Amino acid sequence: MHSFIAILTTLLIALILALLPMPDWTIWLRPAWVLMVLIYWAMMTPYQVSVGMAWMTGLVVDLLNGTLLGEHALAYTIVIYFISKMHIRLRMYPMLQQGLSVFSFVLIYLFILYCIQGFIGELPGSHLYWLSAVTSMLLWPWLFVVMRDCRRWFKVA
Amino acid sequence: MDIGLCNRRLLSPTYREGITIRSIFHRESQPGLRTILLVFMSIALMVMDKRLEAFVSIRAALSLPLAPLQYIVSWPTNFIDNIKSIISTHDDLVSENLSLKAEQLLLRSQLQRLIAIETENDYLKALFQSSKQVKGKTLIAELLAVDFEPFVNQVVLNKGTRDGVYIGQPVLDATGIMGQVVSAGPITSRVLLINDPRSGIAVQDVRNGVRAVAVGDSYSGKLRLMYVPNTADIKVDDIFLSSGLGDRYPEGYPVGKVISVSKDPARQFAEVHVQPSAQLNSSRQVLLIWNPKNA
Repeated sequence: MHSFIAILTTLLIALILALLPMPDWTIWLRPAWVLMVLIYWAMMTPYQVSVGMAWMTGLVVDLLNGTLLGEHALAYTIVIYFISKMHIRLRMYPMLQQGLSVFSFVLIYLFILYCIQGFIGELPGSHLYWLSAVTSMLLWPWLFVVMRDCRRWFKVA
Repeated sequence: MDIGLCNRRLLSPTYREGITIRSIFHRESQPGLRTILLVFMSIALMVMDKRLEAFVSIRAALSLPLAPLQYIVSWPTNFIDNIKSIISTHDDLVSENLSLKAEQLLLRSQLQRLIAIETENDYLKALFQSSKQVKGKTLIAELLAVDFEPFVNQVVLNKGTRDGVYIGQPVLDATGIMGQVVSAGPITSRVLLINDPRSGIAVQDVRNGVRAVAVGDSYSGKLRLMYVPNTADIKVDDIFLSSGLGDRYPEGYPVGKVISVSKDPARQFAEVHVQPSAQLNSSRQVLLIWNPKNA
Protein backbone atom coordinates (compact mmCIF):
# COMPACT_ATOMS: atom_id res chain seq x y z
CA MET A 1 0.00 0.00 0.00
CA HIS A 2 2.69 2.46 0.94
CA SER A 3 4.49 1.73 -2.32
CA PHE A 4 1.43 3.26 -3.97
CA ILE A 5 1.89 6.38 -1.83
CA ALA A 6 5.53 6.61 -2.94
CA ILE A 7 4.53 6.35 -6.60
CA LEU A 8 1.82 8.99 -6.14
CA THR A 9 4.22 11.34 -4.37
CA THR A 10 6.78 11.14 -7.17
CA LEU A 11 4.03 11.71 -9.75
CA LEU A 12 2.81 14.73 -7.79
CA ILE A 13 6.30 16.21 -7.71
CA ALA A 14 6.59 15.59 -11.46
CA LEU A 15 3.27 17.43 -11.97
CA ILE A 16 4.50 20.37 -9.92
CA LEU A 17 7.72 20.48 -11.97
CA ALA A 18 5.69 20.41 -15.18
CA LEU A 19 3.66 23.45 -14.07
CA LEU A 20 6.38 25.44 -12.30
CA PRO A 21 6.79 28.88 -13.88
CA MET A 22 10.15 29.19 -15.59
CA PRO A 23 11.93 32.04 -17.37
CA ASP A 24 10.67 32.83 -20.84
CA TRP A 25 13.66 31.48 -22.72
CA THR A 26 13.12 27.99 -21.27
CA ILE A 27 9.59 27.72 -22.64
CA TRP A 28 10.53 25.14 -25.28
CA LEU A 29 13.18 23.38 -23.19
CA ARG A 30 10.92 21.90 -20.52
CA PRO A 31 11.44 18.10 -20.32
CA ALA A 32 8.44 15.80 -20.12
CA TRP A 33 8.67 15.30 -16.35
CA VAL A 34 5.45 13.36 -15.85
CA LEU A 35 6.16 11.06 -18.78
CA MET A 36 9.70 10.33 -17.57
CA VAL A 37 8.52 9.45 -14.06
CA LEU A 38 5.81 7.22 -15.55
CA ILE A 39 8.40 5.55 -17.79
CA TYR A 40 10.59 4.84 -14.76
CA TRP A 41 7.79 3.28 -12.73
CA ALA A 42 6.45 1.30 -15.70
CA MET A 43 9.94 -0.02 -16.30
CA MET A 44 10.61 -0.96 -12.67
CA THR A 45 7.19 -1.94 -11.34
CA PRO A 46 5.19 -2.87 -14.44
CA TYR A 47 2.45 -4.56 -12.43
CA GLN A 48 1.77 -1.53 -10.26
CA VAL A 49 2.12 1.22 -12.82
CA SER A 50 0.73 0.28 -16.20
CA VAL A 51 -1.53 1.74 -18.86
CA GLY A 52 -4.43 2.39 -16.46
CA MET A 53 -2.33 4.58 -14.18
CA ALA A 54 -0.80 6.30 -17.24
CA TRP A 55 -4.28 7.05 -18.58
CA MET A 56 -5.50 8.60 -15.34
CA THR A 57 -2.32 10.65 -14.97
CA GLY A 58 -2.83 11.86 -18.54
CA LEU A 59 -6.36 13.00 -17.65
CA VAL A 60 -5.02 14.93 -14.65
CA VAL A 61 -2.38 16.61 -16.84
CA ASP A 62 -5.09 17.52 -19.37
CA LEU A 63 -7.27 19.08 -16.68
CA LEU A 64 -4.37 21.08 -15.28
CA ASN A 65 -3.05 22.24 -18.63
CA GLY A 66 -6.33 23.21 -20.26
CA THR A 67 -5.71 21.03 -23.31
CA LEU A 68 -8.30 18.78 -24.96
CA LEU A 69 -9.46 16.20 -22.41
CA GLY A 70 -7.89 12.87 -23.30
CA GLU A 71 -5.00 14.21 -25.36
CA HIS A 72 -2.21 13.53 -22.88
CA ALA A 73 -4.08 10.42 -21.68
CA LEU A 74 -3.88 8.93 -25.17
CA ALA A 75 -0.20 9.82 -25.59
CA TYR A 76 0.80 8.45 -22.16
CA THR A 77 -1.22 5.25 -22.67
CA ILE A 78 0.42 4.44 -25.99
CA VAL A 79 3.96 5.14 -24.75
CA ILE A 80 3.49 3.21 -21.50
CA TYR A 81 2.03 0.30 -23.45
CA PHE A 82 5.27 0.01 -25.42
CA ILE A 83 7.31 0.39 -22.23
CA SER A 84 5.40 -2.33 -20.42
CA LYS A 85 5.87 -4.68 -23.36
CA MET A 86 9.65 -4.25 -23.28
CA HIS A 87 10.29 -3.42 -19.64
CA ILE A 88 12.63 -6.34 -19.04
CA ARG A 89 14.81 -5.36 -21.98
CA LEU A 90 14.85 -1.71 -20.96
CA ARG A 91 16.04 -2.51 -17.47
CA MET A 92 19.12 -4.23 -18.86
CA TYR A 93 20.25 -1.45 -21.13
CA PRO A 94 23.31 0.62 -20.23
CA MET A 95 22.60 4.23 -19.38
CA LEU A 96 23.40 5.62 -22.83
CA GLN A 97 21.09 3.19 -24.59
CA GLN A 98 18.39 3.81 -22.03
CA GLY A 99 18.73 7.54 -22.67
CA LEU A 100 18.32 6.97 -26.40
CA SER A 101 15.24 4.83 -25.83
CA VAL A 102 13.76 7.52 -23.60
CA PHE A 103 14.52 10.03 -26.36
CA SER A 104 12.58 7.97 -28.89
CA PHE A 105 9.67 7.43 -26.49
CA VAL A 106 9.40 11.13 -25.69
CA LEU A 107 9.57 11.80 -29.44
CA ILE A 108 6.61 9.44 -29.95
CA TYR A 109 4.72 11.26 -27.17
CA LEU A 110 5.46 14.68 -28.71
CA PHE A 111 4.42 13.39 -32.12
CA ILE A 112 1.05 12.13 -30.84
CA LEU A 113 0.42 15.50 -29.17
CA TYR A 114 1.46 17.29 -32.37
CA CYS A 115 -0.98 15.22 -34.44
CA ILE A 116 -3.88 15.92 -32.08
CA GLN A 117 -3.07 19.62 -31.90
CA GLY A 118 -2.93 19.59 -35.68
CA PHE A 119 -6.42 18.07 -35.81
CA ILE A 120 -7.85 20.90 -33.72
CA GLY A 121 -5.83 23.56 -35.52
CA GLU A 122 -3.62 24.80 -32.70
CA LEU A 123 -0.11 23.74 -33.56
CA PRO A 124 2.76 24.94 -31.36
CA GLY A 125 4.24 28.13 -32.74
CA SER A 126 7.84 27.05 -33.11
CA HIS A 127 9.82 24.08 -34.35
CA LEU A 128 11.74 24.20 -31.07
CA TYR A 129 8.78 22.22 -29.69
CA TRP A 130 10.72 18.99 -30.43
CA LEU A 131 13.68 20.14 -28.26
CA SER A 132 11.73 18.86 -25.26
CA ALA A 133 12.80 15.32 -26.28
CA VAL A 134 16.47 16.33 -26.20
CA THR A 135 16.25 17.84 -22.72
CA SER A 136 14.34 14.79 -21.51
CA MET A 137 17.10 12.54 -22.81
CA LEU A 138 19.79 14.66 -21.14
CA LEU A 139 17.96 14.69 -17.81
CA TRP A 140 17.11 10.97 -17.84
CA PRO A 141 20.30 9.65 -16.13
CA TRP A 142 19.89 12.11 -13.26
CA LEU A 143 16.18 11.30 -12.91
CA PHE A 144 16.91 7.57 -13.03
CA VAL A 145 19.37 7.79 -10.15
CA VAL A 146 17.07 10.02 -8.08
CA MET A 147 14.09 7.73 -8.65
CA ARG A 148 16.18 4.65 -7.83
CA ASP A 149 17.24 6.16 -4.52
CA CYS A 150 13.65 7.18 -3.88
CA ARG A 151 12.49 3.65 -4.64
CA ARG A 152 15.05 2.16 -2.30
CA TRP A 153 14.15 4.59 0.45
CA PHE A 154 10.44 3.85 0.25
CA LYS A 155 11.21 0.15 -0.28
CA VAL A 156 9.00 -0.22 -3.34
CA ALA A 157 9.23 -3.63 -5.04
CA MET B 1 10.49 -33.52 17.05
CA ASP B 2 13.84 -33.24 15.25
CA ILE B 3 12.41 -35.01 12.27
CA GLY B 4 9.41 -32.67 12.41
CA LEU B 5 11.63 -29.59 12.37
CA CYS B 6 13.70 -31.07 9.53
CA ASN B 7 10.55 -31.70 7.60
CA ARG B 8 9.36 -28.16 8.13
CA ARG B 9 12.71 -26.77 6.98
CA LEU B 10 12.61 -29.02 3.96
CA LEU B 11 9.08 -28.02 3.20
CA SER B 12 9.40 -24.24 3.65
CA PRO B 13 11.76 -23.44 0.70
CA THR B 14 9.57 -25.33 -1.72
CA TYR B 15 6.50 -23.71 -0.23
CA ARG B 16 8.13 -20.30 -0.82
CA GLU B 17 9.16 -21.42 -4.29
CA GLY B 18 5.63 -22.44 -4.93
CA ILE B 19 4.41 -18.99 -4.00
CA THR B 20 7.03 -17.20 -6.16
CA ILE B 21 6.27 -19.44 -9.12
CA ARG B 22 2.63 -18.59 -8.70
CA SER B 23 3.29 -14.84 -8.35
CA ILE B 24 5.33 -14.72 -11.57
CA PHE B 25 2.45 -16.12 -13.53
CA HIS B 26 -0.23 -14.27 -11.61
CA ARG B 27 -1.18 -11.53 -14.03
CA GLU B 28 -4.28 -9.56 -14.80
CA SER B 29 -5.42 -9.17 -18.38
CA GLN B 30 -2.65 -8.39 -20.81
CA PRO B 31 -1.96 -4.67 -21.17
CA GLY B 32 -2.84 -4.92 -24.85
CA LEU B 33 -6.56 -5.29 -24.27
CA ARG B 34 -6.65 -2.55 -21.65
CA THR B 35 -4.65 -0.29 -23.93
CA ILE B 36 -7.11 -0.63 -26.81
CA LEU B 37 -9.99 0.09 -24.46
CA LEU B 38 -8.23 3.15 -22.99
CA VAL B 39 -7.29 4.42 -26.47
CA PHE B 40 -10.94 4.29 -27.52
CA MET B 41 -12.01 6.02 -24.31
CA SER B 42 -9.42 8.76 -24.85
CA ILE B 43 -10.62 9.35 -28.42
CA ALA B 44 -14.25 9.40 -27.21
CA LEU B 45 -13.35 11.95 -24.51
CA MET B 46 -11.49 14.14 -26.99
CA VAL B 47 -14.38 14.14 -29.44
CA MET B 48 -16.89 14.89 -26.68
CA ASP B 49 -14.74 17.68 -25.28
CA LYS B 50 -14.49 19.28 -28.68
CA ARG B 51 -18.16 18.97 -29.62
CA LEU B 52 -20.33 19.03 -26.52
CA GLU B 53 -21.07 22.25 -24.64
CA ALA B 54 -21.88 20.38 -21.41
CA PHE B 55 -18.30 19.19 -21.13
CA VAL B 56 -17.09 22.56 -19.90
CA SER B 57 -18.97 22.14 -16.62
CA ILE B 58 -17.67 18.58 -16.26
CA ARG B 59 -14.12 19.86 -16.74
CA ALA B 60 -14.70 22.65 -14.23
CA ALA B 61 -16.04 20.16 -11.69
CA LEU B 62 -13.11 17.79 -12.23
CA SER B 63 -10.61 20.63 -11.95
CA LEU B 64 -11.76 21.62 -8.49
CA PRO B 65 -9.64 19.03 -6.61
CA LEU B 66 -6.64 20.10 -8.70
CA ALA B 67 -6.92 23.78 -7.78
CA PRO B 68 -4.74 23.35 -4.63
CA LEU B 69 -1.96 22.06 -6.88
CA GLN B 70 -2.11 25.24 -8.95
CA TYR B 71 -1.95 27.34 -5.79
CA ILE B 72 1.04 25.31 -4.56
CA VAL B 73 2.84 25.85 -7.86
CA SER B 74 2.30 29.61 -7.83
CA TRP B 75 3.25 29.92 -4.17
CA PRO B 76 7.06 30.24 -4.70
CA THR B 77 6.58 33.16 -7.10
CA ASN B 78 4.26 34.97 -4.66
CA PHE B 79 6.64 34.22 -1.78
CA ILE B 80 9.59 35.72 -3.64
CA ASP B 81 7.50 38.78 -4.54
CA ASN B 82 6.63 39.25 -0.86
CA ILE B 83 10.27 38.90 0.17
CA LYS B 84 11.24 41.43 -2.49
CA SER B 85 8.75 43.94 -1.18
CA ILE B 86 9.83 43.34 2.43
CA ILE B 87 13.50 43.90 1.79
CA SER B 88 13.30 46.82 -0.62
CA THR B 89 15.15 49.86 0.65
CA HIS B 90 13.47 52.91 2.16
CA ASP B 91 14.77 55.10 -0.70
CA ASP B 92 13.22 52.81 -3.32
CA LEU B 93 9.88 52.90 -1.54
CA VAL B 94 9.91 56.70 -1.21
CA SER B 95 10.72 57.25 -4.89
CA GLU B 96 8.12 54.67 -5.97
CA ASN B 97 5.55 56.38 -3.77
CA LEU B 98 6.28 59.77 -5.34
CA SER B 99 6.08 58.47 -8.90
CA LEU B 100 2.80 56.64 -8.14
CA LYS B 101 1.32 59.83 -6.69
CA ALA B 102 2.33 61.79 -9.78
CA GLU B 103 0.85 59.13 -12.06
CA GLN B 104 -2.37 59.11 -10.04
CA LEU B 105 -2.67 62.88 -10.37
CA LEU B 106 -2.26 62.61 -14.14
CA LEU B 107 -4.81 59.81 -14.40
CA ARG B 108 -7.32 61.73 -12.26
CA SER B 109 -7.10 64.75 -14.52
CA GLN B 110 -7.58 62.55 -17.60
CA LEU B 111 -10.54 60.91 -15.86
CA GLN B 112 -12.23 64.28 -15.41
CA ARG B 113 -12.04 64.86 -19.15
CA LEU B 114 -13.32 61.34 -19.76
CA ILE B 115 -16.38 61.91 -17.58
CA ALA B 116 -17.15 65.07 -19.50
CA ILE B 117 -16.74 63.29 -22.85
CA GLU B 118 -18.91 60.41 -21.70
CA THR B 119 -21.73 62.72 -20.67
CA GLU B 120 -21.56 64.50 -23.99
CA ASN B 121 -21.51 61.16 -25.82
CA ASP B 122 -24.59 59.96 -23.94
CA TYR B 123 -26.36 63.20 -24.76
CA LEU B 124 -25.51 62.87 -28.47
CA LYS B 125 -26.63 59.24 -28.48
CA ALA B 126 -29.88 60.22 -26.84
CA LEU B 127 -30.39 62.71 -29.67
CA PHE B 128 -30.15 59.76 -32.05
CA GLN B 129 -32.50 57.79 -29.80
CA SER B 130 -29.96 55.01 -29.12
CA SER B 131 -29.49 53.43 -25.70
CA LYS B 132 -27.07 54.69 -23.04
CA GLN B 133 -23.92 52.87 -22.00
CA VAL B 134 -24.50 51.50 -18.53
CA LYS B 135 -21.40 51.18 -16.32
CA GLY B 136 -20.89 47.57 -15.28
CA LYS B 137 -19.38 46.08 -12.17
CA THR B 138 -15.66 45.24 -12.13
CA LEU B 139 -13.47 42.88 -10.14
CA ILE B 140 -9.70 42.69 -9.89
CA ALA B 141 -8.18 39.23 -10.12
CA GLU B 142 -4.66 37.89 -10.04
CA LEU B 143 -3.10 35.37 -12.34
CA LEU B 144 -1.89 32.15 -10.77
CA ALA B 145 1.73 31.84 -11.84
CA VAL B 146 1.26 28.52 -13.60
CA ASP B 147 3.01 27.66 -16.85
CA PHE B 148 1.20 25.53 -19.37
CA GLU B 149 2.35 23.69 -22.47
CA PRO B 150 3.72 26.12 -25.03
CA PHE B 151 0.80 25.67 -27.43
CA VAL B 152 -1.87 26.51 -24.85
CA ASN B 153 -2.97 30.19 -24.80
CA GLN B 154 -4.80 30.26 -21.49
CA VAL B 155 -4.30 31.70 -18.02
CA VAL B 156 -5.77 30.79 -14.65
CA LEU B 157 -7.27 33.40 -12.32
CA ASN B 158 -7.69 33.15 -8.58
CA LYS B 159 -11.38 34.11 -8.69
CA GLY B 160 -14.24 31.73 -9.43
CA THR B 161 -18.01 31.35 -9.31
CA ARG B 162 -17.84 32.13 -5.61
CA ASP B 163 -16.95 35.72 -6.60
CA GLY B 164 -19.57 35.87 -9.33
CA VAL B 165 -17.38 34.99 -12.30
CA TYR B 166 -19.40 33.58 -15.19
CA ILE B 167 -18.49 31.85 -18.43
CA GLY B 168 -18.03 34.32 -21.27
CA GLN B 169 -17.02 37.18 -19.00
CA PRO B 170 -14.54 39.57 -20.64
CA VAL B 171 -11.14 40.00 -19.01
CA LEU B 172 -9.00 43.12 -19.45
CA ASP B 173 -5.60 44.17 -18.27
CA ALA B 174 -4.22 47.67 -17.84
CA THR B 175 -3.56 48.19 -21.56
CA GLY B 176 -6.23 46.26 -23.44
CA ILE B 177 -8.54 43.30 -23.74
CA MET B 178 -6.97 39.99 -22.69
CA GLY B 179 -9.65 37.40 -23.37
CA GLN B 180 -12.77 35.81 -21.95
CA VAL B 181 -13.52 33.30 -19.22
CA VAL B 182 -14.13 29.84 -20.67
CA SER B 183 -14.35 27.72 -17.54
CA ALA B 184 -15.30 28.83 -14.04
CA GLY B 185 -14.77 26.60 -11.02
CA PRO B 186 -15.67 27.65 -7.49
CA ILE B 187 -12.29 29.18 -6.65
CA THR B 188 -10.39 29.40 -9.93
CA SER B 189 -11.33 30.15 -13.49
CA ARG B 190 -9.68 29.78 -16.86
CA VAL B 191 -9.33 32.57 -19.39
CA LEU B 192 -8.85 32.00 -23.12
CA LEU B 193 -6.48 34.67 -24.38
CA ILE B 194 -7.32 36.60 -27.54
CA ASN B 195 -4.29 35.20 -29.36
CA ASP B 196 -5.72 31.67 -29.23
CA PRO B 197 -6.98 30.44 -32.62
CA ARG B 198 -10.33 29.58 -31.05
CA SER B 199 -10.96 33.12 -29.84
CA GLY B 200 -12.61 35.77 -31.98
CA ILE B 201 -13.36 39.37 -31.06
CA ALA B 202 -15.34 41.93 -33.05
CA VAL B 203 -13.17 44.99 -33.62
CA GLN B 204 -13.45 48.40 -35.22
CA ASP B 205 -10.78 50.69 -36.62
CA VAL B 206 -10.47 53.95 -34.68
CA ARG B 207 -9.53 56.00 -37.73
CA ASN B 208 -12.38 55.16 -40.06
CA GLY B 209 -14.72 52.68 -38.35
CA VAL B 210 -13.85 49.66 -40.53
CA ARG B 211 -15.21 46.58 -38.77
CA ALA B 212 -13.62 43.13 -38.70
CA VAL B 213 -13.22 40.04 -36.54
CA ALA B 214 -9.81 39.41 -34.94
CA VAL B 215 -8.82 35.80 -34.29
CA GLY B 216 -5.64 34.43 -32.83
CA ASP B 217 -2.85 33.19 -35.05
CA SER B 218 -1.14 30.13 -33.61
CA TYR B 219 2.05 30.60 -35.63
CA SER B 220 2.97 34.09 -34.48
CA GLY B 221 1.09 34.60 -31.21
CA LYS B 222 -0.55 37.73 -32.62
CA LEU B 223 -4.00 38.45 -33.98
CA ARG B 224 -5.20 38.18 -37.54
CA LEU B 225 -8.22 39.98 -39.03
CA MET B 226 -10.56 37.65 -40.85
CA TYR B 227 -12.43 38.23 -44.11
CA VAL B 228 -11.09 41.71 -44.78
CA PRO B 229 -11.64 42.56 -48.45
CA ASN B 230 -8.72 43.84 -50.50
CA THR B 231 -10.45 47.21 -50.89
CA ALA B 232 -10.69 47.89 -47.14
CA ASP B 233 -8.89 51.01 -45.92
CA ILE B 234 -6.58 49.60 -43.26
CA LYS B 235 -3.06 50.91 -42.78
CA VAL B 236 -0.12 49.94 -40.58
CA ASP B 237 -0.28 51.53 -37.08
CA ASP B 238 -4.09 51.69 -37.10
CA ILE B 239 -5.52 51.05 -33.67
CA PHE B 240 -8.43 48.65 -33.32
CA LEU B 241 -10.95 48.87 -30.49
CA SER B 242 -13.62 46.34 -29.59
CA SER B 243 -16.83 47.19 -31.39
CA GLY B 244 -19.23 45.59 -28.90
CA LEU B 245 -20.96 43.64 -31.66
CA GLY B 246 -21.64 40.05 -30.68
CA ASP B 247 -22.38 41.15 -27.10
CA ARG B 248 -19.32 39.37 -25.77
CA TYR B 249 -16.89 42.18 -25.13
CA PRO B 250 -17.75 45.72 -24.02
CA GLU B 251 -17.40 48.45 -26.60
CA GLY B 252 -14.46 50.79 -26.92
CA TYR B 253 -11.56 48.94 -25.28
CA PRO B 254 -8.25 48.66 -27.16
CA VAL B 255 -7.54 45.32 -28.78
CA GLY B 256 -4.40 45.95 -30.83
CA LYS B 257 -2.36 47.85 -33.37
CA VAL B 258 -1.86 46.79 -36.99
CA ILE B 259 1.69 45.69 -37.74
CA SER B 260 1.36 44.39 -41.29
CA VAL B 261 -1.12 44.62 -44.14
CA SER B 262 -0.67 42.54 -47.27
CA LYS B 263 -3.15 42.87 -50.11
CA ASP B 264 -2.51 40.28 -52.78
CA PRO B 265 -4.92 40.49 -55.74
CA ALA B 266 -4.48 36.73 -56.21
CA ARG B 267 -6.09 36.07 -52.79
CA GLN B 268 -9.70 36.70 -51.87
CA PHE B 269 -9.03 38.55 -48.63
CA ALA B 270 -6.30 40.82 -47.31
CA GLU B 271 -3.95 39.57 -44.61
CA VAL B 272 -3.81 41.96 -41.68
CA HIS B 273 -1.76 41.13 -38.59
CA VAL B 274 -2.47 42.94 -35.34
CA GLN B 275 -0.23 43.14 -32.29
CA PRO B 276 -2.39 42.86 -29.12
CA SER B 277 -2.35 45.91 -26.81
CA ALA B 278 -2.68 43.82 -23.67
CA GLN B 279 0.51 42.40 -22.14
CA LEU B 280 -0.60 38.80 -22.66
CA ASN B 281 2.63 37.28 -21.41
CA SER B 282 3.48 39.50 -18.48
CA SER B 283 0.31 40.83 -16.84
CA ARG B 284 -0.17 39.67 -13.30
CA GLN B 285 -3.35 41.53 -12.41
CA VAL B 286 -6.45 41.65 -14.57
CA LEU B 287 -9.88 43.21 -14.47
CA LEU B 288 -13.06 41.19 -14.85
CA ILE B 289 -15.96 43.18 -16.25
CA TRP B 290 -19.65 42.49 -15.98
CA ASN B 291 -20.94 43.25 -19.45
CA PRO B 292 -24.33 44.84 -18.79
CA LYS B 293 -25.84 43.39 -21.97
CA ASN B 294 -25.60 39.73 -21.01
CA ALA B 295 -24.69 39.61 -17.30
